[in-house]
Amino acid sequence: MQHKVIDADDVVIKFAGDSGDGMQLTGALFANMSAVYGNGLATFPDYPAEIRAPKGTVSGVSGFQVHIGSHPVCTPGDYCDMLVAMNPAALKANAKCLKRTALVLVNEDAFDDAGLEKAGFTRNPFEELHIDDRTIISAPITKLTEESLKDSGLDTVSVHKCRNMFTLGMACFIYGRPLEYIYGYLEKKFGRKHPEMLAPNKKVVTDGFNYAAAIQAVPNTYMVAPAELEKGLYRSITGNQAIAWGLIAAAEKAGLPLFCGSYPITPATTILEELAIYKNLNVKTMQTEDEIAGICTAIGASFAGSLAVTTTSGPGLSLKSEALGLAVMTELPLVVVDVQRAGPCTGMPTKTEQADLDEALYGRNGESPLPVMAAHSPAHCFEAAFMAAKIALEHMTPVILLSEGFLGNGSEPWKIPSMKDCPDIKPRFAAEREGAFSPFERDADTLAREWAVPGRKGFEHRVGGLEKTHCGVLSNDPVNHELMVSERAEKVARLAACIPALKVDGPSHGRLLVVGWGGTYGHIATAVASVREKGADVSSAHFDFINPLPENTEEVLSGFGRILVCELNGGQFADYLRSRHPGHEYIRYNKIQGQTFLAAELGDAIEKAL
Amino acid sequence: MSQYTFKDFKSDQEVRWCPGCGDYSVLAALQRILPKVCEEKGIEKEKVVVVSGIGCSSRLPYYMNTYGFHSIHGRATAIATGVKVANPELCVWQASGDGDALAIGGNHFIHAIRRNVDINIMLFNNRIYGMTKGQYSPTSKFGAITKTSPYGTVENPFEPGSLVLGAKGTFFARSLDVDLALNEEIMLAASRHEGTSVMEFLTNCVIFNNGAHAEISSREHRADHTIVLRAGEKMIFGAERNRGIMLDGWKLRTVTIGEDGVGEDDILVHDPHSDNIGLQMMLAEMKGPEFPVALGVIRDVASPTYDKCVCEQCGSVTAKASIRSVDELLTSGSVWEVK
Repeated sequence: MQHKVIDADDVVIKFAGDSGDGMQLTGALFANMSAVYGNGLATFPDYPAEIRAPKGTVSGVSGFQVHIGSHPVCTPGDYCDMLVAMNPAALKANAKCLKRTALVLVNEDAFDDAGLEKAGFTRNPFEELHIDDRTIISAPITKLTEESLKDSGLDTVSVHKCRNMFTLGMACFIYGRPLEYIYGYLEKKFGRKHPEMLAPNKKVVTDGFNYAAAIQAVPNTYMVAPAELEKGLYRSITGNQAIAWGLIAAAEKAGLPLFCGSYPITPATTILEELAIYKNLNVKTMQTEDEIAGICTAIGASFAGSLAVTTTSGPGLSLKSEALGLAVMTELPLVVVDVQRAGPCTGMPTKTEQADLDEALYGRNGESPLPVMAAHSPAHCFEAAFMAAKIALEHMTPVILLSEGFLGNGSEPWKIPSMKDCPDIKPRFAAEREGAFSPFERDADTLAREWAVPGRKGFEHRVGGLEKTHCGVLSNDPVNHELMVSERAEKVARLAACIPALKVDGPSHGRLLVVGWGGTYGHIATAVASVREKGADVSSAHFDFINPLPENTEEVLSGFGRILVCELNGGQFADYLRSRHPGHEYIRYNKIQGQTFLAAELGDAIEKAL
Repeated sequence: MSQYTFKDFKSDQEVRWCPGCGDYSVLAALQRILPKVCEEKGIEKEKVVVVSGIGCSSRLPYYMNTYGFHSIHGRATAIATGVKVANPELCVWQASGDGDALAIGGNHFIHAIRRNVDINIMLFNNRIYGMTKGQYSPTSKFGAITKTSPYGTVENPFEPGSLVLGAKGTFFARSLDVDLALNEEIMLAASRHEGTSVMEFLTNCVIFNNGAHAEISSREHRADHTIVLRAGEKMIFGAERNRGIMLDGWKLRTVTIGEDGVGEDDILVHDPHSDNIGLQMMLAEMKGPEFPVALGVIRDVASPTYDKCVCEQCGSVTAKASIRSVDELLTSGSVWEVK
C-alpha cells in the first residue's frame, strides 16, 4: 500500500518491554543508525534495578528513549511520538509519556489474559489508560517472528529472542531507515563467532520491515532529515564512556600512567569496565574489595606518581569521605567521579538525581574544601573528566566530578576532538633544588605544593593525615594549623582564576536568569529557548564549576531581577549560591522523582517566574 | 657491601614511643636490614616506601628516612597496594597494629593476602589499643579486662597466623619484640619473598598491656615456651634442647627426646616452602601450656604476585593491540563524517 511520507523536525521514540526483551539493544541500534544518518540525537535508557524482575510486571519494564531531530537536540524528549510496547506492562509504564498524536506499536501476542493480569489490567488496556484515541498498531510480533524463523533451525527460546529485531525492522520502515546499518551490525556481531545466527537475524529484521510496509495499520511514514552539524568526524558516546576516555586522554597529555581503583556500583560501573579494556593505553585498573579500598589504592597510586582515579555513586562517595580528607590533607592529585543516583542510602539505584552536591561540597570532617565540578551532557563528560584531571595534577588537590545516571547511560553524537587541540597538562613535579625538600611549600600564585614521587633521589619525605608544617614536620601548633587550613582553602579558592568564565545564554541583563548545573543543561536550554521564542525576557546560565564558582558569577547574577535555580534535588545549589552570592532574589524549581526534568514543565516554571 | 648503613634510614624525627615500648626493636631491625635489602635487590634507598595506618606503631614512617605515608585507620594495606601496583619497582613496607590491620582494616588485610600483592606487612601485635589508651583489640585474649571491657571481654581473639593462612597467604612469620636478631631474620626472609609477607611481631605495651606476651618473652620462659622454626631444621626447643614437636595421627604433640622411646628421628623437620598449609596452620596455632609458640618463618611459598600479573597483562594486551594512542582510540569503531 502507499503510505504518506511526512517530514518531521524531530521525533521521540521509546522502545519498552520486559527486561529480557532486548529493548536496550533495539533502542541503541536505532539511535546509532540515526546518528550515522546525521540526525541530531539524544538517548536515555531507563531500566529497573533488578536484572530480571518478575516477567510481565510493571516493575520489570526496561525502556530506551531515542530523540532524533533534523537539528541538534539536547534532551531525550519529554513525550513520545511512538511507543513500542512489547507487553501490557510496558504500555502501562509509559502511557503517560505519549503525545496526543502518538503511534503505539504493541506485540498483540503478549496482550493475552495472563499478560494483562500481570500488568494489573481488568479491561481493555487502551481504554483503561485513556489512550484509545492514539494510533494503535497491534501486531502479532511473537507469531510473526516464529513464522519468519520456522525453517531457521533455531529453538523456541532463540526464536523469541529475535522478536526485538522484528520490531526494529518495523520501526525502520516507519521512519524510512534502510536496513544496511543493521545488516552491518549483525555481520560484525555474528559473522565470525556465531555465523548460524546471522541469516535468521537478517531475515527477521527484513521481515519486520516488509510486514510494516504491507499492513494498512501503518498510516504514515516519517522522514527526519539530517541535522546541520558542525563539520568533522563524529561518534556516538555515552557519558560514562566519555568520562573513561577523558581520563585516559588526560593521562596521555600529562605523560602519566592512569590508575583507577573502584568498586562496582550502579550507575558508575561502566566507567571501570571501560577503563579495564584499555591496558594498551597505559591504564591500570583494580576492582577493589570495597569503596574505601578503591579510593585508598588510588591515593597510594597518586603518591607513587600516577594520575589516580576512583569512580563511584552516592553511597560509595559516603564511604570514601575519610580517605578524601586524607587526599585533601596530603594534597595529592586525585579525581573522584560520582555518577549520582537517587538517594539517600541505596535509594533508587537506576534513577537519576542531583542530590549529592552537598555531600561533595561538605561531606568530610574538618575544614576540607576541594574543587567540585559537574558534567552537563553525555559528550561533555569527556571534557569535564579531562579538566578534572588537569586541575588535580596542576593544583595538587583531589577533585570531585559530579555526573548523573542520566548522563552516564545517555548518549549523543560527539564531534571527536584531536589530542593536539586539548590543553596541555603540566603536573607539578618538584623542581631540582639544593637542600631538603619541603613537601608543603607552595607556589606563590596557585598555592599548589610540589609532587615528589618515590624513586626520586634526595626527595624522601613523609605525608599523612596529621597536620604538618610546610617542611612536613608533624605539628600541633595552633597558629600553624590555622595557617595550613587557610592555605588549603585559598588554594581551592584561587582556582576561580583558572577556570572559564560563566557564560550567559541570551541577553546579559534582563528580568529572569534561569540557572542550572550538571545534567539539566539540555532541558533548561530547550525550555529557555522555547519561552524566549514567545518573546519573554529570559536568559540562562549553566555552572560546570561549582567550587569554586567562576569569577564573574556575581557580575552575571547582578544583571537580572530574579534568578530561578532549577535542579533535581531539594535546592542544594540554590542554597549554596545564595550563601556565596547573597542579595539576589532566588526562586527554586526542584524535582526529586528520580527522573529528568521535562522541558515543558521547566517552560511552565519559567513563565511563572517571569 | 651495601652502600648504606642503618643510619641512612634514620630520620631526624625524635621517636616518641613510650620508654620500653616493643615498637623500638622492630624499628631498629627495619633500619638495620634495609641496607642489605637494597644491596640484595640492587635498588637505591629512594625506592623504599613505608606505609602505615593509625595507631602507635603506625608512627613508624616518620622515623624512617625514606618515602613514607602515614595514612588513615585501617587503610594502610589498601594504600600500600596502590603504591606497589602503580609502581612495582618500589620496595613497599607497611606498619600496622592489631587494631589497624585486623579490626578496621581487616577487609583490606585479607584481600591483599588473597591477591598476593608484593608488600611486606609488619603487624605489631600488642593485643591492646594503646594510642586510644587501653581498649581491647581483636587479638585481646578472651576475658581480657580493659577500659571497654571492665568485666572482661566475651569475644574470641583472632590469631593473625590463622587469618593469613586461612586467606591462603604465601608468607607468614612471627617474632618477639625482644629478639632483635630474629626480627631481622624474618624481615630479610619477608623481603626475599615475592608476594604479601606478613610478619607478626609480638610486642609489649608497657603502659596499657604490660607483659602482653610475658609468658613467652621473659628470659626464664622463652626457651621452653617458644620454638624458632627454620627451614630444614628439626623442630627442637627447650632450655636443654631436648623437647620437640611430633606428628601424632592428625595432631601435633610435644615430646621429650629420649623419653617414651622418642628419638630425634621422630621429630618433625620444618618446611615453610611446602604447600602443606594444614601442618603450617597447626604450627601457627600452637600455644601454651601444651605447646611452645612458633616463631620464625612458618610459611613461605612461591606464587605469582598481583602486581606482576597486572604488568604482564598490560604488556601482553599492549603487544597485541592495534590502538596505540588516544587519537586512535577516539576515531576507532563506528564513526561518521559530517561534511
